[in-house]
Amino acid sequence: MGARVQVFAWPNPTIMRRLRIRLWRIAAPLTVGAVLLTLWEIVVRVEAIPPYILPGPLLIAATLWTDGPSLMGSLLVTLRITLAALAAAAVLGGGIALLFSLSRILALSLFPYAVILQVTPIVAIAPLIIIWVREPFLALLVCAWIVAFFPVVANTTVGLNSADRNLLALFRLYGASTGKTLRYLKLPTALPYFLAGLRISGGLALIGAVVAEFVAGTGGAETGLAFRILEAGYRLAIPRLFAALLLLSLTGIVIYLLLDLLSRRLLRHWHESAIDAEEE
Amino acid sequence: MRGVGKRFTSGVTALDGIDLDIYPGEFLSLLGPSGCGKSTLLRIIAGLSEPSSGLRRLLLAKDRAGHMPAGRIGFVFQDPTLTPWSTVADNVLLPFRLIGRVGPAERERVAAEICSVGLAGFERTYPRQLSGGMRMRVSIARALVTDPDLLLLDEPFAALDEITRMALNDDLLRLWDNRRPTVVFVTHSVFESVFLSTRIALMTRRPGRIVADVPVELPQPRRRALRTSPHYAALCATISEQLARAMAEPSHTTERK
Repeated sequence: MGARVQVFAWPNPTIMRRLRIRLWRIAAPLTVGAVLLTLWEIVVRVEAIPPYILPGPLLIAATLWTDGPSLMGSLLVTLRITLAALAAAAVLGGGIALLFSLSRILALSLFPYAVILQVTPIVAIAPLIIIWVREPFLALLVCAWIVAFFPVVANTTVGLNSADRNLLALFRLYGASTGKTLRYLKLPTALPYFLAGLRISGGLALIGAVVAEFVAGTGGAETGLAFRILEAGYRLAIPRLFAALLLLSLTGIVIYLLLDLLSRRLLRHWHESAIDAEEE
Repeated sequence: MRGVGKRFTSGVTALDGIDLDIYPGEFLSLLGPSGCGKSTLLRIIAGLSEPSSGLRRLLLAKDRAGHMPAGRIGFVFQDPTLTPWSTVADNVLLPFRLIGRVGPAERERVAAEICSVGLAGFERTYPRQLSGGMRMRVSIARALVTDPDLLLLDEPFAALDEITRMALNDDLLRLWDNRRPTVVFVTHSVFESVFLSTRIALMTRRPGRIVADVPVELPQPRRRALRTSPHYAALCATISEQLARAMAEPSHTTERK
């Protein structure tokens, strides 16, 4: 009897602990959010702040409901640019990093320009790009890409140069070619770095797309979410502005969560970042 | 090996005038304090590092073009040095992948090698799920999988606890007994070197030199019981004393800057 009790008792504390941690992870931020929103609503009502200055959360929610369908269309436009820019950042950024790791001269001569491209405010060069690149979608894509590509390049370059020295020696001992060293050692080593860069780039691609849309206006193209925000601001349709803003940040959060999920999936067997502390 | 010296670009003389012959099938230990250049010497033997002076010749079977085929040397590092992203089986298969020879026969060799280091059933496990001792076993299996003529080990058990270390010592001896590759084993443990080797080269530091070359005349095959035999204890004492004497002597050559 005693033994049976023990057998059934031992997993319970760990499972309970795990559940509790998981619950907290969701409940804690939700509680903070709910408290802040309630305070916001109370302040707006008590102070009688007009909606064109600060709408309450309930009004924003209502606006999101009524204007939702038209805003969703705009969101899709922005989302297309964002995802295309992110894909380009992943492929071209990874490719550039790969070239940098293969040729030291190339890395030394080109890396400063990647930095220059990164530190130049996109707002300042976006008008030029929109003039030079006739196709509006492509122009916006280039702008968003310039903002998004650098973290991938910088991180992946570090990753490709982080291969274990002893493993490199081992590869040399077995006469491994450059290609094999890349495939079996450098690329797997760089993967977590690349994914960390990609997670940063996801948010930046969205910011880049929005900034580019701000500068471009409609330009005769379909209207993205950023333009809707501008438009709502001009018309003092502040609740709609907030609704669009909310959609934008939700999009950013979803992109981040998806990239985080991808990273965990790819690294779950071996990388510390993908392993829950409770799993030990 | 004749008059091998090694100076690093920093100006430190790591090795000076090393004369060393390594005979086929022997188990040679390089024994000395840390920083005496044992590991550097091992890397030179492996061909991973070039001597700054002197000559290193490796007489292993060569192919018709005069090249030594890859995979004739196995190397075990102080850390297991596994690739964390691949399973135990893939880690042991790595040498074959790098040589460019992956077939059913090689996969069979991998399975057999994992078995012989006592890790059967762990083929699909990832390194992070293994203990330190088990990771080291994987590392040894990887070094042995190509059936090398020369096995080089660089303080492989230094980071392990005493119990695991003894178990791995026994296993290493058993593996060596089965196939008799030439082994060069770097260690700073007198007991380990006496237990394992057929010959011990004592080294001192700054600059690293070989000060004594002692044959270990203990019966083969050696088993666990040897550890408690008086003969073993006496030999350990002799070697320890020699090492202490060598350390006490002032360096003969002046340090070059």
